[in-house]
Amino acid sequence: MSKEYSFYPGCSSQEGASSSNYLKSVQSMCDVLDIKLNVIPDWNCCSASIGYCGGGELPRLALSARNIALSEKHNQGQDIVATCAACWLATKETQERLDDDAGLMDETNQALAEAGLKIENKTKIRHMVEVLIEDIGYEEMGKHVSKPLDGIKIAGYVGCQTNRPFGIEGESFENPKYLDKFIETLGAEPVEKYDKKVSCCGGALAFSEPEKSQALIKDIIEAAYDGGADMIVTPCPVCQMNVEVYQDKINATYGTKFNMPVTYYSTLMSVAYGKNSKQSGLNGQIIKAKKLEEVASK
Amino acid sequence: MSNLNTGMVEKYRNNFLNEVEANVEEGEWVKMCMQCGVCSGSCPLGPYWDHPPQELFMMIRAGKREEVLESTSMWMCTSCYNCLVRCPRELPITHIMHGLAHYATRLGIEPKGQPTRQFAQLFWDNLAKNGRVNELWLGVNLYFMNGFVNGIKVAMGMAGIGLGMYKSGRLSIKELIGGHTVKDKSGFKAMIKKAQELESARVDK
Repeated sequence: MSKEYSFYPGCSSQEGASSSNYLKSVQSMCDVLDIKLNVIPDWNCCSASIGYCGGGELPRLALSARNIALSEKHNQGQDIVATCAACWLATKETQERLDDDAGLMDETNQALAEAGLKIENKTKIRHMVEVLIEDIGYEEMGKHVSKPLDGIKIAGYVGCQTNRPFGIEGESFENPKYLDKFIETLGAEPVEKYDKKVSCCGGALAFSEPEKSQALIKDIIEAAYDGGADMIVTPCPVCQMNVEVYQDKINATYGTKFNMPVTYYSTLMSVAYGKNSKQSGLNGQIIKAKKLEEVASK
Repeated sequence: MSNLNTGMVEKYRNNFLNEVEANVEEGEWVKMCMQCGVCSGSCPLGPYWDHPPQELFMMIRAGKREEVLESTSMWMCTSCYNCLVRCPRELPITHIMHGLAHYATRLGIEPKGQPTRQFAQLFWDNLAKNGRVNELWLGVNLYFMNGFVNGIKVAMGMAGIGLGMYKSGRLSIKELIGGHTVKDKSGFKAMIKKAQELESARVDK
């Protein structure tokens, strides 16, 4: 029987948006693992970590509260699962804040009432990575591998918001290992001691402070090359975009010759599970993940 | 100076710490800082802050109101949460930084031309319009936020990246007109309006 979840895809996963290729690979991966994702009807933006200027505490909490309330109404009893780090963080943070403060909870429900909604706040908020580790497990994840990613060396870049402040149960903030375990499970080789695995890519400041952020991104890519990586893999849409798309700019500034593909864990899984290039979202790469393409076309 | 700002100066006189505790998100934590400096040393953009978090906390206690609220410092926060998980006293530093930035904006004394301030406001306005972010317009507004001539220059510099995103199916021209939206737009907007009213009432009281 398939496992069912209430799915919060988030803005960047929408059709024609910056991580639409992430969603594609997640769908392929879930298809193999018999995971059914029921999209939260009419979900809205979580305001990510940059909404704080225009949105104060309560308006921001109301955003995520609306999603939780919609989930509780339409996908009753199902855990909410997000694939985006910022979506997961904002929703989980809202749940915690409302749990801690009855006054905020009351005001949030007053705001929700304007949209005909009410939040119970009893729903578990989870990241897709947690579902894979806790509900599926590494062994089961490995069983479905039909095309092992032999001979590919991969730097597991966890980044910030899938790791802090909540992180994954049983993992440390400073040296989480789960992404490396994913890589091994799929038959590839993780870069040992990848020292930039939890360093910041600049997040939203890649847009507003490009030079400062690109200096951070440069170090993340350089460390991957130093470890002998063929590619970088990440669980976060912002990390993926920031680390992939600015490489030409960084090359022009620093005289580097970076051409490092950056994909999602779900891209790897989809390919290792025998899905083709398109089903795995590989056509969404700006820097082509050639080694994965080769496996996918085998 | 906005009326709200003048009012707050009057109300709290020389006790800026009290003002922060009462009005800034998670502000009641500020006094718990023990000045160890782990936050400042953990920040990816640390060298660019005029006053790193630990310093801001001491300045708040010392009543340096304008120097804190008009500072560009907290706008350097990338929300990486490094400081927050490492703080020995468990201060929610990331949230306090966001809270200070928002409070300064509410009072109208934030550093207006600061690029992250501008981008953060664009992001909020963008999502508040349709309930979901329209990435195309967010990009266009970002490039042109410092005027048309500068915008053309920035946009030309970013054309390669935009084209790459477009070709890989990660940027849609359809977003120019309409684009993604929540269905219950009126309910969504009424909810935000109510939340803003409730919050303003709390700050103004």
